[in-house]
Amino acid sequence: MSSSETLSVEEQLAAGQSDDGIVRAADGTPLKARLAKALRREKLRSFLMISPLLLFIVFSFLLPIGDMLFRSVENQIVQNTLPTVVEELERWDPASGELPDEETFAALAKDLKVAVEERIHTRLGSRLNYEESGFSGLFRTTGRAVKKMESGPYKAQFIEADKDWGELRTWVILDSFKAPYTSGYFLSAVDAENTAEGVQMKPENERIYLQLFMRTLWMSLAITFMCLLLGYPVAYLLAQLPARTSNLLMILVLLPFWTSLLVRTSAWKVLLQGQGVINDILVWIGIVDDASRLVLINNQLGTIIAMTHILLPFMILPLYSVMKTISPSYVRAAKSMGANDWTAFWKVYFPQSVPGIGAGAILVFILAIGYYITPALVGGTSGIFISNRIAFHISTSLNWGLAAALGAILLVLVLLLFYIYDKIVGIDNVKLG
Amino acid sequence: MLREWRRMSNTRGASVVFDGVQKSYDGENLVVKNLNLDIAQGEFLTMLGPSGSGKTTCLMMLAGFEPATHGEIYLNGNPINNVPPHKRGIGMVFQNYALFPHMSVAENLAFPLKVRGMGKSESEDRIKRALEMVELGEFGSRRPAQLSGGQQQRVAVARALVFDPELVLMDEPLGALDKQLREQMQYEIKHIHDNLGVTVVYVTHDQTEALTMSDRVAVFNDGIIQQLSPPDVLYESPDNSFVAQFIGENNKLAGSVVEINKDICTVKLDDGTLVKADPVNVHNVGDRTSVSLRPERIEVAPDNSPNNLVDGKIEEMIYLGDHIRVRMNVAGNNEFIVKVRNRRDKRPISAGDVVKVGWDAADAKALDEAV
Repeated sequence: MSSSETLSVEEQLAAGQSDDGIVRAADGTPLKARLAKALRREKLRSFLMISPLLLFIVFSFLLPIGDMLFRSVENQIVQNTLPTVVEELERWDPASGELPDEETFAALAKDLKVAVEERIHTRLGSRLNYEESGFSGLFRTTGRAVKKMESGPYKAQFIEADKDWGELRTWVILDSFKAPYTSGYFLSAVDAENTAEGVQMKPENERIYLQLFMRTLWMSLAITFMCLLLGYPVAYLLAQLPARTSNLLMILVLLPFWTSLLVRTSAWKVLLQGQGVINDILVWIGIVDDASRLVLINNQLGTIIAMTHILLPFMILPLYSVMKTISPSYVRAAKSMGANDWTAFWKVYFPQSVPGIGAGAILVFILAIGYYITPALVGGTSGIFISNRIAFHISTSLNWGLAAALGAILLVLVLLLFYIYDKIVGIDNVKLG
Repeated sequence: MLREWRRMSNTRGASVVFDGVQKSYDGENLVVKNLNLDIAQGEFLTMLGPSGSGKTTCLMMLAGFEPATHGEIYLNGNPINNVPPHKRGIGMVFQNYALFPHMSVAENLAFPLKVRGMGKSESEDRIKRALEMVELGEFGSRRPAQLSGGQQQRVAVARALVFDPELVLMDEPLGALDKQLREQMQYEIKHIHDNLGVTVVYVTHDQTEALTMSDRVAVFNDGIIQQLSPPDVLYESPDNSFVAQFIGENNKLAGSVVEINKDICTVKLDDGTLVKADPVNVHNVGDRTSVSLRPERIEVAPDNSPNNLVDGKIEEMIYLGDHIRVRMNVAGNNEFIVKVRNRRDKRPISAGDVVKVGWDAADAKALDEAV
């Protein structure tokens, strides 16, 4: 630089310039390092301030979710219970169509004796029972028989103890689940399975999860749409009214939050059932014949009605807070320029309320897609969601691996929809107020 | 550019009449009390007043956003009380511009043309001319948020004019701008008005703005027009003490009338001093009055002998370059301000001095008693 010839070193330093192009502080250290040092204390302080919450979230949220997701692929039980058998099966080709050789059966006898001693063979039985019913009983009976097996050949003795050991399918399943990690849970979660011929869809009559995922998606969308349809005019009205009136009405919107979710859902049962209030009134008026009362509950309609009601405030609140910020002078300006009421609303007001629609829709949709209690109570069999199935596997069938796989798919699905939403609407366009 | 716009658009100003208009929001208080106002074609009329004086309400009634509680408003001789705002054809510039944030500048300007069903080529032509009129020809594709306050202001003006309204309403359009920009925009709006010939009704609480731009100013207070006059009359001959107080700087001297003639009266101030004044708003001997005096009409140690000459003690002097602002105690009022021109030959004065101050009786207005 030409001016550097006329400036002394001190002047250069004071101006923060140097020959190597690095901006330096007055004492010669690079300005960036200086700035980082000055900010370090502040950064440390803010980190310490959030650290309790961070620890809480890590231990109560991230770790349990991580552990749960890990269960969807974890499968060490086969290897831990039957280590020698797993080794022997390496030599066996399931496509050969023949049973494994005598050495494998000998290994089975050896491993099972240890397992029976430790009383862990029934656990393996229940685990494999998720893949094919019958394994639970197979391991229980074989567990009793193996104590009496003194010496070989073992193959015949096992087949005598339970003829399933003579079935090729038993060994195919054992072989496909011998690895410490499995895709089996995920395959089950999308109605597929591992067979001797590779991955295949399950028979038509055994498929449930794909259909359940689709239903959860479209019903959540329907609920979101209904909430928007009902919530938009309410939010609009609230935003137009003077503050005192709108605050009063806002209490009515918030009232459901102060009532138990179970009470609200049960109230819908009272209203919607065959002998319920709504059907009684319709019959009394004469719109509906007494013999053909409407089926409003224990189906998809019941779930949509009850959940729309329960999630409506989550649509109204973000809409209201966005609409509150839209100055009435915009609509006035539009009218002064010759737009009628509808044009002024549609071309000027509505586009500015879109961020509120975005925020409300995403809130309601995310809540709906994971909803559990309401579909369980009013959904019957046709109106339940995937979360009800997950709960079933967690608490009733105890197939946690499958529950974890279903949960992981749901999580990925939601993230994927978030991404698509961001591409279409833009996450910047979401405003809560 | 402006003249070309005028030639091509053939805009004529509209006339407006407020006939006995009243407005109440709560059914108990009148915000506007019996407003009668004739606005001529092509006039620039400013409604000036403190907040809550009813001036914005009048504008909203004219625009059609607030219904008049009583009375009738006429636009070009036609009653418009039952005409909805979008059919009145009145351009409007709002306080915070109200530019549609989701549209570009050009789309904002296209809006009034589109709702009128104007063809694309004509509409584009008009937008181009309107933007050039406010010297923003290059900014059509920008979003309002990407413009500075002054540029947004100009877009708002262009948008209010682009569909050739005969009447343009402006609701404190310069309130959000800084002082320098505000002054510049005052002249620009004034020039646009002069060249287009549209009628402008302008609402502001800034008296300088009102004096600079208007043909006539209506001073509002308490729902009533206190005075409706051209700016110079408003300043030099206020009708009452509110107007004298609100427009420009003003010295008040309270007292009672002791003698009254046709165009001169004698007022005995509360400390006993006798002064002569122009009886504007006093009628009888014994009336309480407030004598109003502009600071620049008072002379310190006058060379000639005006018909009012009293003693004053200098309390404080503030140097302001072109003049010196002298605060004095005159006749018991120690907020008495005199503006002394900064002249080289002036005899030096300083705080604490007691000097003679004088003024002409015609410059002292005996008004109603100030509240």
